[in-house]
Amino acid sequence: MRLLISIAITILRAKLKQSIVAAVGVTFSITMFVALLGFMNGLNDMLDGLILNRTPHIRLYNELKATPEQPIAQRFDDRAVVHHFIRSVKPKSEPQRLRNAAAITRALEDDPRVLAVSPRLVAQVFFNVGTTDLNGQVSGVDVEQEVRYYMFSDYLVEGRASDLATGNNTIVLGKGLADMMAARVGDVVQVTTASGDRALLRVSGLFQSGIADFDKVQCYASIKTVQELLGQPRSYLTDLNVKLKDIEQAPAMARELAARFDADAVDIQTANAQFETGTQVRTTISYAVGVVLLIVAGFGIYNILNMLIYEKLDTIAILKAAGFSGGDVRRIFLSLSLIIGVVGAAAGALFGFAMQRLIDQLPFVTEALPTVTTFPVDYNPKYYLIAVTFALLTTWIAGWFPARKAAQIDPVEIIRGK
Amino acid sequence: MSEQRHTLEVRQVSKTFRDPVTVPVLKEVSLEVKRGEFVSITGKSGCGKSTLLYILSTMDTDYKGEVVIDGEPTKGLSGTRLAAIRNEKIGFVFQFHYLLPEFSVLRNVMLPGLKLARKSSAEVESDAMRRLTELGMADQALKMANQLSGGQKQRVAIARALINDPLIIMGDEPTGNLDKKNSETVFEIFQHIAQEHKRSLLIVTHDTDFAARTDRNIEMEDGRVLNHGG
Repeated sequence: MRLLISIAITILRAKLKQSIVAAVGVTFSITMFVALLGFMNGLNDMLDGLILNRTPHIRLYNELKATPEQPIAQRFDDRAVVHHFIRSVKPKSEPQRLRNAAAITRALEDDPRVLAVSPRLVAQVFFNVGTTDLNGQVSGVDVEQEVRYYMFSDYLVEGRASDLATGNNTIVLGKGLADMMAARVGDVVQVTTASGDRALLRVSGLFQSGIADFDKVQCYASIKTVQELLGQPRSYLTDLNVKLKDIEQAPAMARELAARFDADAVDIQTANAQFETGTQVRTTISYAVGVVLLIVAGFGIYNILNMLIYEKLDTIAILKAAGFSGGDVRRIFLSLSLIIGVVGAAAGALFGFAMQRLIDQLPFVTEALPTVTTFPVDYNPKYYLIAVTFALLTTWIAGWFPARKAAQIDPVEIIRGK
Repeated sequence: MSEQRHTLEVRQVSKTFRDPVTVPVLKEVSLEVKRGEFVSITGKSGCGKSTLLYILSTMDTDYKGEVVIDGEPTKGLSGTRLAAIRNEKIGFVFQFHYLLPEFSVLRNVMLPGLKLARKSSAEVESDAMRRLTELGMADQALKMANQLSGGQKQRVAIARALINDPLIIMGDEPTGNLDKKNSETVFEIFQHIAQEHKRSLLIVTHDTDFAARTDRNIEMEDGRVLNHGG
């Protein structure tokens, strides 16, 4: 086999130009494949991250809603032939609290599937700006948990997360909201709650999520601050955000938790189904383009090998006369093709990496994404592996047909034909 | 190996070309070549002598009859086995030198030896150098094959044919493309191989002078052996 490979290399050297052209085809396609997929998936991850990073895998809460069965219906047996027309009994006024939140938190923290449980307390407020009131929503959060599991500090454009955690009566405003109020870090803003209580909060930071509507409404404060704002006890919580070790378990677990704790639960897949779809479509398109590039390179190799074999008929005939079998000749040309493939693929992986680095350097500044300054790239080695595997497969197939033809060449015809 | 055993035996070999009409080219040809015998085949163009040679070489397997090389019938053997027989037992010299242009002279000579892989590549290389030295080509060993003159190429081709110490050397007009002086050199080399190394030679030729000086000349006409010579 070593002899056959050395013969293949000698033939390649003699036809260096064609060989390089064939290899460049492979190099180009792998470069594009790796660069394209790295870039596409970098974008995908970034766009998904926009939502998914900040979204809990499961959100447990208590939704204010009408009872599914009107009270009058409960008075009668199902089979009774009655028609009741009282159908507008409204939900009673009850705080939107999650009942027994402390016990649920403890139970979830003991669950092996759960990565983290973060409490939340959401309050609707008005910001009093001069004579006008601006609508807002203050989320009371456990700052340490938010920083650790929901990338909170990535979205803070001014101020530090620790200031929010330690300071009393401090608030982080959405960038859009702060702009409307002309508020800066260190200013004091006046807040009115839905029940009419007023409070003064000091702005300790600004955050920008990249979703403008969200940033015009959303604010963050510590749980304690919001509880005091609402005049509620320390046990008052409205949401529990759960992050799982395996995101795929979210839908099943959401149903389980809802039943177990008699609360509402929504999972990330249900809440953000469109992101999953978008990601899939983008990934599919990039793979399709990449694979087409590789196949085109395969045709290039096929053509060049075919030509090479016609040019090397004498060599093939003489090898056969000297005792090389058809199988040997096939292996020579197959190795030739694979050498082109391996060299092309190695160069392609290298250039692909260079291309990814280049894309990674290109500036990409957008209002929507405060933490992103250059195009995002996913350097996952998976794409290199797929590209190289597929390239070798393509070159093998592209080489196989011409190699088989070479193996079948009748040396007598060539030798006598002269 | 017994003295009686023939290097090459051909029994009742017939062949027809079917394209486009059926034309018989060989009609029940039988012959044998003994060990150390220098045999030539002559005949007019189209008498089937080259066709016969390629059947004997095992490269052409489309024929009726039997070809036995060194006691082994070759009919029905696999392509790989036939290639191995060619590699080990048969050396070829063609009219148009057919060296591999991509390789150096030395490497050309070495290739069949490397394929046989009976010796290490260092040994094959020293064998090849020895053959080239015998043929007065040692100083050309590292040149590329296409830098040589016709006579030189033919000597390299002979060295290549000899590298595995084959039982029989077959030649298809090996001097057909050479001038008088080079033809003479090639003839002397062949004679030396037959006498000193006890190898058989079977040479197809047009050159009647050449044929007359061999041990035995087989004459062919219209696909038949006219005269077994000797």
